[in-house]
Amino acid sequence: MSILLEQVTVSYGRGAKRFDAARNVTLSVAEGEAFGLVGESGSGKSTVLRAVAGLIAHAEGRVVLAGEAMGKRRTTAQRKMAQMVFQDPYGSLHPNQTVDQTLSMPIAIHKLGDADRRVSAALEEVGLGPQHRFRYPHQLSGGQRQRIAIARALILEPRILLLDEPTSALDVSVQAEILNLLSRLRREHGLTMLMVSHDLAVIAHLCDRIAVMNRGEIVETTTADALAAGNVSNPYTQQLLRSNRGFDPSGGELDLLDSGAIR
Amino acid sequence: MDSPLLRVRNLSVTYPGDDGDFRAVRNVSFTVGRERLGIVGESGSGKSTTGRAIMGLARPPARVQADELLLGEIDLRQQSERQLRRLRGKRMAMVLQDPKYSLDPVMRVGDQIAETHRTHLGSSKAEARAAALEMLQAVHIRDPERVYGMYPHQVSGGMGQRIMIAAMLIAGPELLIADEPTSALDVTVQTQVLSIMDELVRERGMGLILISHNLHLVSSFCDRVLVMYAGQIVEICDAGSLADAQHPYTRGLLAALPELGRKRGELPQLQRDPAWMDDIAAPLETRSRKVGA
Repeated sequence: MSILLEQVTVSYGRGAKRFDAARNVTLSVAEGEAFGLVGESGSGKSTVLRAVAGLIAHAEGRVVLAGEAMGKRRTTAQRKMAQMVFQDPYGSLHPNQTVDQTLSMPIAIHKLGDADRRVSAALEEVGLGPQHRFRYPHQLSGGQRQRIAIARALILEPRILLLDEPTSALDVSVQAEILNLLSRLRREHGLTMLMVSHDLAVIAHLCDRIAVMNRGEIVETTTADALAAGNVSNPYTQQLLRSNRGFDPSGGELDLLDSGAIR
Repeated sequence: MDSPLLRVRNLSVTYPGDDGDFRAVRNVSFTVGRERLGIVGESGSGKSTTGRAIMGLARPPARVQADELLLGEIDLRQQSERQLRRLRGKRMAMVLQDPKYSLDPVMRVGDQIAETHRTHLGSSKAEARAAALEMLQAVHIRDPERVYGMYPHQVSGGMGQRIMIAAMLIAGPELLIADEPTSALDVTVQTQVLSIMDELVRERGMGLILISHNLHLVSSFCDRVLVMYAGQIVEICDAGSLADAQHPYTRGLLAALPELGRKRGELPQLQRDPAWMDDIAAPLETRSRKVGA
């Protein structure tokens, strides 16, 4: 197992004000597998991702990455294992740092050395060239920025890539390019991917197995094929599936709304 | 079809820049009747600018030119800022992407709806309040009295957008322009907001322009679809026949979309042809299955 989560709970506040952003999340992802997490905002999917990345120090439960149990505080080597790509490439890159600075930083922190070669190799890996190396983020398109964010994650040669809505800020044509890039990287490097999205089609394109989250809990674990066939049992998953198919002119949504079945 | 609600002929919006003018919208022509018209395109295609130009919201330094810009019998090009203000809300209205930014954060949501009623219909406070409560009911808010007194930060995104729709429709406009009205909302809430918009637009016999980047959504919701690329309309077709679209850009976009149940190793990437940038000479006809087949 590349990723193993056992009873992971992330809560904020205490007593009556306690709120569980993620509750008893258990899942396992095999080496080289791409696993998807779907659900709407506030369902806890990003929280799970951040707990895997080690960004939530107070997460309860067990996180095991590549057979190694993660402690409360991760070592540098453990941090290197799982790297994350965020949703918005406009927000995740430092506006005052060139691509070269952005990509050199992780190399310096992890004392890998050979920065020059690593940076140019990482750029090439994501389909960019030396002409992009000394640009600032505002001089790049949204798709190019997301490629930089992916390069930054890859430059540490992680085994696990965590993707938080990596294409939702991008246009359809650019989304296709990034999805193709991710498929290729997974194939060539045998990367394990854990991806979060609200777009079922995007998730099903990249991932084989998919967990549906609602209110902090995994309500159903299914496969891309079952999802495509509409073969899902949880009512929330069914609703998510309906919404993803576009507008339903039957007016069924309004009946649900009036009956109070959905808020 | 009866006479169109909106007639746009050769609309152009130009922004002056250091390296010459940037033509955000180029010679766009279309009409809107009592129907749901979708405008799709990627960011920067000029779809939002088109909507804003119709509303008279494309401000200098932008230059708006058109051979014809008619809302019913009113020539929008001839209207003063004051006259436009009277038209916005009353005859045409616009719903924007994110209710968090389009609602006034320090005003009760009910009062925001009532304000439109008072401004345009000159009603009393009590009348406007009653109308606002009725409108909240019309957008399927179950407890209008309670919601009336809430502030925008107290309502969810979906409810906020329904409140926006209520505020926009209360003065009875005949044309609603919705610019990405559901993009900031959760997928499960999106369809509800669209259903409500659909219901109201139908009941009131309004025209609707839905601006969106989401091809699935537009083709399932609208009657007709305009596809914009680099400021021009490259294709107009019946929403049902979007799958038979002819323009390579539209086809490229559709192909690049991942689809549930159709697993492909590699998504075909859109190859942009520089020729798509060339000016299109003649206005396009709506492509429908009958004509296209």
